Amino acid sequence: MEWISTLLQGLLLGGVYSLFAIGLSLVFGVMRLVNIAHGDLIVLASFTSYVVVQALGVGPLMSLVIVLPTFFLFGYLVQLLVLNRTLGDDMLPPMIVTFGLSIVIQNALFDVFTADNRKLNLGPIETASFRLGNDIAIGIYPLAVFAIAIATIVALQALFYNTKLGREFRATSDDAEAARMMGINTKRVFAVATGIGMVVIAIAGVLMGVRTTFDPFSGPVRLLFAFEAVIIGGLGSIWGTLFGGIVLGLAQAIGGQIDPQFQIMTGHIVFLVVLLLRPTGFFPKVQH
Amino acid sequence: MTNQTYIVARATTASKAALVIMVSCVVVLLLVPLTGDRGSMRLIVEICYFLALAQMWNLLAGYAGLLSVGQQAFSGFGGYMLFAFVVYGGLSPLISLPLAGILAGIVSLPVAILMFRLSGPYFAIGTWVTAEVFKLVFFEIPLGGGSGMSLPIQAIRDISPTTEGRELIIYLTALAIAVGSVALVYSMLRSRFGLALTAVRDNERASASVGIDSFRLKLGVFVTVAAFTGMVGALIFLQKLRISPGSAFDVMEWSAGIIFIVVIGGIGRIEGPFVGVAVYFLLRETTANYGAWYMILLGLLAIVIMLFARQGLWGFLAERYRLTVFPIERRVRTVEPVEKAKPSNGISDTAISNLSLPPF
Amino acid sequence: MSTIETKGLTAYYGDFQALFGVDIILRDGETTAIIGANGAGKSTVMKAITGLIKTSPEMVFIDGAPCGGREAHTAIASGIAMVPEGRRLFPSLTVEENLLLGAHCARKGPWTLERVYEVFPGLKERRRLSGTALSGGQQQMVAIGRALMSNPTSLLCDEISLGLAPVIIEDLYRNIAKLKEEGLSIVIVEQDLVRAVSVADRVYCLMEGRVSLEGRADEMSLAAIRNAYFGV
Repeated sequence: MEWISTLLQGLLLGGVYSLFAIGLSLVFGVMRLVNIAHGDLIVLASFTSYVVVQALGVGPLMSLVIVLPTFFLFGYLVQLLVLNRTLGDDMLPPMIVTFGLSIVIQNALFDVFTADNRKLNLGPIETASFRLGNDIAIGIYPLAVFAIAIATIVALQALFYNTKLGREFRATSDDAEAARMMGINTKRVFAVATGIGMVVIAIAGVLMGVRTTFDPFSGPVRLLFAFEAVIIGGLGSIWGTLFGGIVLGLAQAIGGQIDPQFQIMTGHIVFLVVLLLRPTGFFPKVQH
Repeated sequence: MTNQTYIVARATTASKAALVIMVSCVVVLLLVPLTGDRGSMRLIVEICYFLALAQMWNLLAGYAGLLSVGQQAFSGFGGYMLFAFVVYGGLSPLISLPLAGILAGIVSLPVAILMFRLSGPYFAIGTWVTAEVFKLVFFEIPLGGGSGMSLPIQAIRDISPTTEGRELIIYLTALAIAVGSVALVYSMLRSRFGLALTAVRDNERASASVGIDSFRLKLGVFVTVAAFTGMVGALIFLQKLRISPGSAFDVMEWSAGIIFIVVIGGIGRIEGPFVGVAVYFLLRETTANYGAWYMILLGLLAIVIMLFARQGLWGFLAERYRLTVFPIERRVRTVEPVEKAKPSNGISDTAISNLSLPPF
Repeated sequence: MSTIETKGLTAYYGDFQALFGVDIILRDGETTAIIGANGAGKSTVMKAITGLIKTSPEMVFIDGAPCGGREAHTAIASGIAMVPEGRRLFPSLTVEENLLLGAHCARKGPWTLERVYEVFPGLKERRRLSGTALSGGQQQMVAIGRALMSNPTSLLCDEISLGLAPVIIEDLYRNIAKLKEEGLSIVIVEQDLVRAVSVADRVYCLMEGRVSLEGRADEMSLAAIRNAYFGV
């Protein structure tokens, strides 16, 4: 029974990781850009929500009303003004620019907020749970996060396959030059894609900020989990990303059950084993 | 046309002048201990190992195209191996230094084979994950665990009975490692190995068609760099006398810092790390009172460089004023048919007929 | 409606110079063939006209207005549509989505999804397939249909017969001739010079980045064209 409970927790944790990973996967899918600042942006979203909560006295969920549009705009502008200039055959510039962004965000947050742990408070719902049989308790909040992760994937799927914008995303992803010939302003498409990626990042940041504590330097760990979920699932596949997140969540939960010290390590090891045995992940869509 | 001879020249007047300046610099640095200024000596040791790490990352990323964000795995591992050799093997720290490097080279082999399945930015993050695994492993094994360990007093006395003597030995070792790193990269790039590396960097497929095995070539670079990085790591923690997983595998200091140094100075040029290290220490020492601000400035500078002068500060100057300190490029020029291809000033001219591709 | 003109057009790929001062006029309502061997610079001229490679403004004119080096995605709005070399359908999009994408920035005009399906029979049944699941000839039809969906005044066709069977090429060129009757300006870029010259009003021959011959198609002898093409 203890094990079933562990597996359920791992599954729900996987939902959080897929939420981390979706933004990374989306931006990579449309413009082949790997954003090293991804994890730090998740943390930045947590801090932004924290500030909004402190300043306006609203709850973290209400803060999304401000955080989401802010992040969309931020992503749109960063892509349009900075990242678009780095895209090309050379992989170094986008990597260094996002790495630079990562270091700037970490240290700026440290400068303003110090290295203290913070948390977003949602009240009693955080610890509420319902029972399944006699021994298994499922947390309502983790379940809600998992549901939001799936809802996000469904929404993005609908956006990609049922809208004019989604058609532009896919065409640009296939062949950006040909898309330009069809009259598509690919720079704007990239900016919108990053904007949407940032909205997902903001959702992940706020939801995770309620679940666990964060500090200015917790970004890299979030990036690595997101990255592992994307690679396990297979590049470019959004449902694969959910799968990858769940595999990672389960691995960590099982490892943590054996010995709390092993939790993170088990996740990394499962990732390396997948890399060894199945380097393209389970549902690859894009060639490396 | 048929009788035309080509000669391949590498040295320039500027590079010869630069060599003289470099040698003088090393001589001056050798004289610093006579002043007895221990603060400066410690700073120079630090500059030396940052330069060596930067040279290694430059060789890896700038010449072999392997954008690793996980080199802290090898510097940290090297540091730990030094402690292991000293504490459990009873070896002297100075002998442990190269041994730690060799071990780092050996563990880098399986890492490389796994990581080479990833390319570009995925390789970058994959190596980062590997370094995290190294860190987590050292949390668990009996080398101090999470809280780390110190070098025993006895071992420290082994180096030299006095603090001054120990600092002098570490100073000289650091100087040797810095000079060694530059010499290693320089000689590697001037050899056939370097020629093959440049060929792969410029066009991997075309170079494969002339028989260059790019996998083995990159593997060779990766392992060499890991070994040297491990040795530098051993020196770093020999100077610090303490090691812990958090400090040994710190991505910020040993990866981000180093990468920015190389990029700001000029990636793919031996001169780049020199300029980058200068910028790094200038920023760090002048903003010492403002906490993390030097990292913010460093990050911003790296972004600006990537957007407006991808060749880095040195590359920008070199292209403008045609400077080369380390002549590793080969300039082909034609010579009148009658005249024999006589090496103008001796040191580095090769007739093109002697130039064949290396056996990789 | 629109006359496209290049004046002293030069273009570089890195250090390599691909065009050395090319002057070409694509007159309104005419069909122009640009022929030349592989690497003569034909596609580069097309890319310069659409803005896919950067040139200075005074190298390309549309109706007398300098517009070299503008963003490529604005070409559609000025009535220039491209059928790119190698077709370049979007594999993640269905046939219908490929066609609809062509209409994203469309001008007003006669071309609709229904009309494309009418002109190119066989596409309608396959409209839900991925564009790349079709035969080469059908893919080429999708590529042409996609360009027409933007209701262009000038249609630039880059090597549309490459890799297709003769019967299918025949069919494609019959369609091109029909489009010409509707008043569309058409540019045919071809290596197959006989084919191109047979439908063209004017012919430009490029050799090593320069115009080696130009004139009205009906006034040219095949021998002169061969000479300009091969440079013998």
